Amino acid sequence: MSEEKVGVYVCHCGHNIAGTVNVEEVSEWAGQLPNVAVAKDYKFMCSSLGQEMVEEDIKKEGLTRVVVAACSPHMHEPTFRGACQRAGMNPYLFEMANIREHASWVHQDDKPAATEKAKAIISGAVRRSLELAPLEPFRAPINKTTLVVGGGIAGINAALEIAGAGYKVLLVEREPSIGGHMAQFDKTFPTLDCAACILTPKMFDVGNSPNIELLTYSEVEQVDGYVGNFTVRIRKRARKIDTTLCTGCGDCWERCPAKVIDDVYESGLGYRTAVYRPFPQAVPKYPVIDTESCIYFKNGRCKACEKFCPTGAIKFDQEDEVVVVNVGNIVLATGYDVFDARRIPAYGYGRLANVFTSMEFERMTNASGPTDGKVVLRDGVTAPETVAIIHCVGSRDKNTNVYCSATCCMAALKFAHLVKEKTNAQVYNFYIDMRTAFKDYELFYTRLLEEGTHFIRGRAAEVTDAARLPGEEGKLIVQAEDTLIGKQRRVPVDMVILMVAMEPRADASEVAHRFGIGCSDAGFFTERHPKLDPVATMTEGIFIAGTCQGPKDIPASVSQGEATAARVLGLIGKGEVQIEPVRAQIDEDRCSGCRICNNLCPYNAIDFIAEKGVSRVNPAQCKGCGTCVAACPSQVITGQHYTYDSIMSQIEGLLYDVRSPNEKVRVVEMEPA
Amino acid sequence: MADYSQFNPAWGDRAPVIIGFLCNWCSYRAADLAGTSRFGYPATLRDIRIMCTGRLDPTFVVKALREGADGVLVMGCHPGQCHYEEGNYKAMRRIALLQRTLAQLGVHPDRVQLAWASAAQGGIFTETVKEMTEKVARLGPMQWRDNLEETAPHQEEGVPL
Amino acid sequence: MSAKPKLAVYWASSCGGCEIAILAIHEKILDVAAAFDLVFWPCVLDFKKADVAAMADGEIDVTLFNGAIRTEENAEMAHLLRKKSKVLVAYGSCAMEGCIPGLANFADRKHMMQYIYHDAPTVDNPEGVEPQPQTTVPEGTLTLPAYWDTVKTLDQVVPVDYYLPGCPPEAKWTQAAVEAIMSGQLPPPGSVIGMDVTVCDECPREREEKKIKRFYRPQEIIPDPNKCLLDQGLLCMGIATRAGCGALCPSVNMGCRGCYGPNVDVVDGGARMISAIGSVIDAKTPEEIDAVLDTLPDPAGYFYRFGLAHSMLRRTALVRENGDRRAQPLEEVPHLDPKLKT
Ligand SMILES: Cc1cc2nc3c(=O)[nH]c(=O)nc-3n(C[C@H](O)[C@H](O)[C@H](O)COP(=O)(O)OP(=O)(O)OC[C@H]3O[C@@H](n4cnc5c(N)ncnc54)[C@H](O)[C@@H]3O)c2cc1C
Ligand code: SF4
Ligand code: SF4
Ligand code: SF4
Ligand code: SF4
Ligand code: SF4
Ligand code: FES
Repeated sequence: MSEEKVGVYVCHCGHNIAGTVNVEEVSEWAGQLPNVAVAKDYKFMCSSLGQEMVEEDIKKEGLTRVVVAACSPHMHEPTFRGACQRAGMNPYLFEMANIREHASWVHQDDKPAATEKAKAIISGAVRRSLELAPLEPFRAPINKTTLVVGGGIAGINAALEIAGAGYKVLLVEREPSIGGHMAQFDKTFPTLDCAACILTPKMFDVGNSPNIELLTYSEVEQVDGYVGNFTVRIRKRARKIDTTLCTGCGDCWERCPAKVIDDVYESGLGYRTAVYRPFPQAVPKYPVIDTESCIYFKNGRCKACEKFCPTGAIKFDQEDEVVVVNVGNIVLATGYDVFDARRIPAYGYGRLANVFTSMEFERMTNASGPTDGKVVLRDGVTAPETVAIIHCVGSRDKNTNVYCSATCCMAALKFAHLVKEKTNAQVYNFYIDMRTAFKDYELFYTRLLEEGTHFIRGRAAEVTDAARLPGEEGKLIVQAEDTLIGKQRRVPVDMVILMVAMEPRADASEVAHRFGIGCSDAGFFTERHPKLDPVATMTEGIFIAGTCQGPKDIPASVSQGEATAARVLGLIGKGEVQIEPVRAQIDEDRCSGCRICNNLCPYNAIDFIAEKGVSRVNPAQCKGCGTCVAACPSQVITGQHYTYDSIMSQIEGLLYDVRSPNEKVRVVEMEPA
Repeated sequence: MADYSQFNPAWGDRAPVIIGFLCNWCSYRAADLAGTSRFGYPATLRDIRIMCTGRLDPTFVVKALREGADGVLVMGCHPGQCHYEEGNYKAMRRIALLQRTLAQLGVHPDRVQLAWASAAQGGIFTETVKEMTEKVARLGPMQWRDNLEETAPHQEEGVPL
Repeated sequence: MSAKPKLAVYWASSCGGCEIAILAIHEKILDVAAAFDLVFWPCVLDFKKADVAAMADGEIDVTLFNGAIRTEENAEMAHLLRKKSKVLVAYGSCAMEGCIPGLANFADRKHMMQYIYHDAPTVDNPEGVEPQPQTTVPEGTLTLPAYWDTVKTLDQVVPVDYYLPGCPPEAKWTQAAVEAIMSGQLPPPGSVIGMDVTVCDECPREREEKKIKRFYRPQEIIPDPNKCLLDQGLLCMGIATRAGCGALCPSVNMGCRGCYGPNVDVVDGGARMISAIGSVIDAKTPEEIDAVLDTLPDPAGYFYRFGLAHSMLRRTALVRENGDRRAQPLEEVPHLDPKLKT
């Protein structure tokens, strides 16, 4: 039998565990397991007293293995590894038994079963711990350059903070200009600040910072490596413009005959040309040629832009460029998409001309937008006399998105105010609940109430142009139950604005996968911990900021952008990272060179050394998935920390109570050596 | 404790025991989330954390069955979502081949199952455990060692099996 | 002068090839005869069980035991020889891992009797007689050793000191074993006399990164003689089989069938094959995977051809049926759930 001395600590976690699992019984039971020298239960193992208890026992009792039966290893494995390390024990000899998330919390209605399961889990962990080997984490220097993906307000702030601290930032933006959604807005709630006035200087700073390299019209195609040392492949799409020559004068787009609806910046409400700069304050100032709508790219004729360009900057034959860069940390700030209002046909968007989306309305009120800031109906001239604003379109609705988009109530109030200000129309807000949390937001609501906006509490059922009552002809009728008075109401209006939900980017799951992070059920990127680690992800060195993490407004997006900067700067300050030494190793003396493993590694970490006829793992490339380990038919690849023996022992431990119930069967087990 | 004899009288007062292999990045977290969300499920699953379902060595599955498990549940990230790109595809192929092999050894494929759950799918995790428990409960207990017990006529006392 | 070391050779449930294999060490056999005192070798010399029983415990220095344990008699002899021998060697694949006799573990005793005494095309048994453990004749009661449901390996019955793999073991390893014994330089108990790499190590065929789109049976294609058979879709167990034979089968264009058993430390050779082969199948959706696997019928038969009795599960599950236990393989080939696609 093994000589190891194991300490088992069963945590009560207040009532979280002790309320369901009989922790005293379990710890007493654990005390009689082979190799267990110490078994205790304690109120809060993660407290400093709990940790000190472990440290003391390691020193006094000479423990060589520690098993803490408590919460998920994702919660406190680092905590207890730290305690072990402080007491001079190799942290990789620690094992966590998850009896909270995987037992007490899920078997609350069956306490005896939860207790029995806790024993099995602990038995497995103890057996596994005996097979653990001391490991040393790899140390690697941190590359001081940071990649920021997405140049919305969140990404801009992250980039500026990091650059301001003196480190290089690579900002990759998919669109021709940075700015994100905020660049589309005219005013921002609740202060009614002019969006351009507060955003443009930041964009300008990005463009002019010596520490920020801006790659617009570009996208990240591939990410390899690990915290501190990522290798990123970026595709710079061909602008068809030589930016060293272009001065941004605008002669090209003024002469371009190809007009198309601008679905991105103008939200479909306005037009742009084939060669275009999305908006006047764009950073960088250079246009791009959209080859899909360019006449020259369609039929080889036109070239008007080329003719009129004073500097000869138009380059029709420019090709995409692929750059490979090394960065130490990555901030994802890819933002959100808006809900497609056509998905709720009852509201008539796309069918009823004067039903607008909130994004369209943003453009309409924008002084530099398609209507020069005038609030008008689809005909472009008539000002509405009555306007309905419908909240929660695609939010809080089990047919579309169940979550609350967090910003629409406030944006709707902003719109109500703007409509009033610009047209003096009557405004009806159809809301389910008015959500105006956060500083000064409620004040804005009060102000709107005072301004005489009508608030109808009830989800709008339908928007129709079928008049039934006098006064409804030629109008749009919003039908809703006013739940405050308990009555159905039909409100005839001229214009309807749908407050569409904020949704994850259409490609969010692809992007998440490319960067090795997860998505929530709704599709937003998953943070490491919803409360205590909201901008980190499960992948070290990859952070998330802004609305890619979930619906939020500008101040929250900015805060997250800056928070990611703090995290990145913290890592850069450390200078080096410790990397989990979970790697595969091939015993070359015993590798037969069958080459089964060669093709399996997702990171091409396995090389075949032809002269020797053996395969070899490059530890710098291996991430320890264990695929090759499981596949090797000779069983000569060791997967550190998840070794064959450790898992086999854990299985035996977990099944301690069902392993040999039949005493009639005696099996002489002698595996061939 | 739940009464499994309603599914199959052979259970008596026993409950099924299922060994789980959960990948660190998705399904283990889904199980954590089920916990944090207090989604209850039968206490039949005893799980092992592996980094990726690609680490799943079929030996672990046969080992678990041999040691008395009534079933084995392997869960990983959805295809295209594996933290290591493609470990789950390899798991799918191994499990397919394993199920076919085990069928020849009389092990019903319902006893060795593969399923996916993302880190956000605590509910799917819970449902999977419930469903698998029920399937295994219907199949009845599997004490593999009973198969190795010899019942030939005139067996001498004490001849080891 | 001190007596020569005593050697015994015994044949349990096996084809007899191992007996020939011992002789295949050719003229060295004379050294053996000279060096050892042959005290028991039923196939070659006329000794009886009683002679062995009469020996003192541990009197035999070395016993080479070939054959699996499938009857009470096999077990009895294994116990007896264990008691009387200092060193017990599981000689050949049958004793070591069950080998071809172990394939009976896919079936059961009843099934075997039915086939052997009734259904096999060569049987002529009009009265339908079956051997009985006990038969009463006027002279008294005749007994036959009981026949088991499950074939066992030698080490599942008695502790074994050394193993010599192969079906049958190559002469050079028998020789190595004999020499080691004669010289007294024995490896640690429990050792396998052989190599710790797999057949691929000895196989000269050129191999590439593996991607298998379908499997072929040997009669379906003519393989390239220089390329790895597995790369060509011919199932070769060489990847998971202990080296030692010099890659005999691949050298004649036939995939290794796995007779040397799994590599060192491997407890379930079949599971290793499943893992390796599953890993390199070139398919991603449940349907594609099943289509590739449909070209590989009888996977258990392939992967456990030699090692079923020594594998983790050892046999096909037995289900009680009117007092008998019947092996119950599943009729249907399992398919992946198409839902696993996403
Ligand atoms: C109608 C409406 C009105 C609003 N009004 C207000 C308001 O008044 N006040 C307020 O505080 N908040 C308001 N909000 C919320 C506000 O829009 C967001 O909080 C804020 O814009 C989020 O910024 P962001 O940087 O996270 O995302 P975004 O603004 O979406 O920026 C993301 C950027 O990343 C880029 N990108 C995306 N994917 C990639 C990729 N794969 N590679 C490279 N680049 C990529 C995008 O092109 C974009 O530039 C409103 C929201 C809506 C829907
Ligand atoms: S060549 Fe294309 S981009 Fe240039 S002016 Fe003509 S249509 Fe516009
Ligand atoms: S464990 Fe093997 S397959 Fe996985 S990353 Fe490392 S070398 Fe590659
Ligand atoms: S699978 Fe194993 S034996 Fe084959 S080449 Fe890789 S390490 Fe070597
Ligand atoms: S033919 Fe068989 S033994 Fe030879 S290299 Fe290929 S797999 Fe290995
Ligand atoms: S190649 Fe395989 S089956 Fe053939 S003799 Fe060698 S080990 Fe046995
Ligand atoms: S990490 Fe979850 S299946 Fe690979």
